[in-house]
Amino acid sequence: MPSTTQTSTTARDKGGAAPTAPPRSHPSRRRRPDRWLAWGFLAPVTVYLIAFYAYPLYRNVELSLRAYTVRSFVQGGAPFAGLDNYRTVLTDPAFGPTLTHTVVFTAASLAFQFTIGMALALFFHQHFPLSRTLRALILVPWLLPLIVSASTWSWLLNSDSGLVNAALGVVGIDGVNWLTSPGWSLTSVIIANVWIGIPFNLVVLYSGLQAIPTEMYEASALDGASGWQRFWGITFPLLRPVSLITLLLGLIYTLKVFDIIWIMTKGGPTGSSATLATWSYRLGFGNLLPEFGPGAAIGNLLIVLALIAGLVYIRIDRRQHLR
Amino acid sequence: MTGPSRRRRLAAVAVIALAVAAGSACSSSADDPTDGGAYLVWDPYPQFADDSEWVALLKKCGTSAGVTVERTGYDTTDLTNKALLAAQQGNSPDVLIVDNPVISTLAEAGALTTTDDNKLDVSAMEKNLLGAGQSEGKTYGVPIGANTLALYYNKDLLTAAGVDPAAIKDWTSLNAALSTVKAKGKKGITFSAIGTEEGSFQFLPWFWGSGAQLTSLDSPQAVSALALWADWLKQGYAPNSVINNTQTTSWQEFATGNYAFAENGTWQLANAEKLGFSYGTIAIPASAGGPAPAPTGGEFVSIPVQKNTGRYDKSQQIVACLTSADNLLTTDTTLSYVAPVAAVQDRQAADPKLKVWVEAVRAAKGRTGDNLGTKYPKISESLWTAVQSALSGGKSPQEALRAAQAAASTR
Repeated sequence: MPSTTQTSTTARDKGGAAPTAPPRSHPSRRRRPDRWLAWGFLAPVTVYLIAFYAYPLYRNVELSLRAYTVRSFVQGGAPFAGLDNYRTVLTDPAFGPTLTHTVVFTAASLAFQFTIGMALALFFHQHFPLSRTLRALILVPWLLPLIVSASTWSWLLNSDSGLVNAALGVVGIDGVNWLTSPGWSLTSVIIANVWIGIPFNLVVLYSGLQAIPTEMYEASALDGASGWQRFWGITFPLLRPVSLITLLLGLIYTLKVFDIIWIMTKGGPTGSSATLATWSYRLGFGNLLPEFGPGAAIGNLLIVLALIAGLVYIRIDRRQHLR
Repeated sequence: MTGPSRRRRLAAVAVIALAVAAGSACSSSADDPTDGGAYLVWDPYPQFADDSEWVALLKKCGTSAGVTVERTGYDTTDLTNKALLAAQQGNSPDVLIVDNPVISTLAEAGALTTTDDNKLDVSAMEKNLLGAGQSEGKTYGVPIGANTLALYYNKDLLTAAGVDPAAIKDWTSLNAALSTVKAKGKKGITFSAIGTEEGSFQFLPWFWGSGAQLTSLDSPQAVSALALWADWLKQGYAPNSVINNTQTTSWQEFATGNYAFAENGTWQLANAEKLGFSYGTIAIPASAGGPAPAPTGGEFVSIPVQKNTGRYDKSQQIVACLTSADNLLTTDTTLSYVAPVAAVQDRQAADPKLKVWVEAVRAAKGRTGDNLGTKYPKISESLWTAVQSALSGGKSPQEALRAAQAAASTR
């Protein structure tokens, strides 16, 4: 561990941040021991953030800017390559399709997770007998380890011995090669991901619904509003902040989904269900001869995408507060 | 204003320096390689617990070299990355046992010692097995055992269908057998064509059996091998699920009893005994007859580079002990592997169940051999991609392999 670089960067960070914090209003000058104590309390979280967030991120950026081979990865001395790795990735014939898959995967997953989650949240908001039990059951996909749910899906969707094709056979429809045909593999992983994502949307939206005062519904009912009008006039606008955060978290989560796709199809056949996340892993670890540089470059592109989504959220959120 | 902020800065530096120093102090004392300490052994056999015969053998070899051995078992796929990272951090184990195609990658990284440095004697090892650990005239490890692929068949099913497995000598007779089985309403053959190294491993016997070479992926012979597989799917001899099958899921399909043949490895022998039907094995036939060269699987024992070169001597003694004839027989029996030494192979071949396997290993080829070394991973990735696109119907075998050759030669 290069401990020297770590200490110096933190010192700079702190130095940069410190003067901005207490410049004008200094209500009471604390005594020295207090300050030491304050730093003592801050230290663990600072060290934690640096060791587990800042340093790995820095390493990832560094990996993506150098021409690493296995030899220079171990022996050191990889030459600085500027944006070469990014160029390699962007000009790769697989980049276009993979980016499209990532966008389709994310957009479709979010759309279905959100609508189904919303429908279920409204449904369970009615409080009918057994609603608690049923709601708890719907949370099961969330509790299962991903390796279990993804393996279960790949058994269900197996071309020859899968339950789904058997069920289709009973109705007289020809089986579909869910995981093994380039035309279907992306749809299959989206279906599995939607199933896994519904509980999260349900829980967050359901708790959002409970924060809406019931008097509003009563008042609108007296005014003769239909169910549909009540949804678009009251529920949807009042649920907007909750919906936004649900969608943003969903977006960040879905962009980096890797395990489900890797377990179900390995991004295949022939890259037809590969996303940026699986591609990055394949480059870095999926081959006997790792290509760390391009792999790290894709990882950084993913971070940038998530960051853009975060900024868009902050923008919308701020505009909402101003109104 | 400057006073407090500077003090604050100093305080921050001091606290963090302390924390970092505390952290690095305990880590550096743990992995400081000094003489006399325990010798670390990493292996890809997590299935063996500390009370297993394998670990007992490791300890015994340590004791006879006069040192204690500390062993850690990792998952095979995990071990490559672990070994690379350890080499980067300068805390490699003293003895590293890895899957044979990984050797060329680690050697390229400069993480392994050669037999010139570590004085290991590899003269007894079979040349075709040792090939995977050699590059440019240097040898980077010793094979501890070998496995390879053959065709398991369901004896009951073939008898009922009236197929004689002994008559399967080439692709034509194999196709005839598959067609007969299918006509009886059973399934023909299952294998693994997944988009990873496993898929290439399974395709190679057919690829090499057609006379194709890894340096020319789009030769007419190579196309004929891929066309054979693609045709099996089209004719319904093989299930569509092979595109996503690992060797384990493919074995599970065979174990249902509905399949006549399964392409699988030596390591399934123990499971084969538990099947609900009687089974047999034949060598994978080459296109024109005779056994096809299958790729060698199995691990190599290597001695990673250490800062303290004084440790090589004891490491060498441990490895020599592990790969001595008697110990090889014990190890390879527990792993269901074929020994890498002719004399031990002869002893194993006395068992009729192992005879086919010993012959298959003798005909087998290393994947990274022929001086391909670190070119192999790229070739292999292009190859499994071509297999996947031909089997899923995306491209014809010809187009798929042409694209593969282009990808393998440009990157």
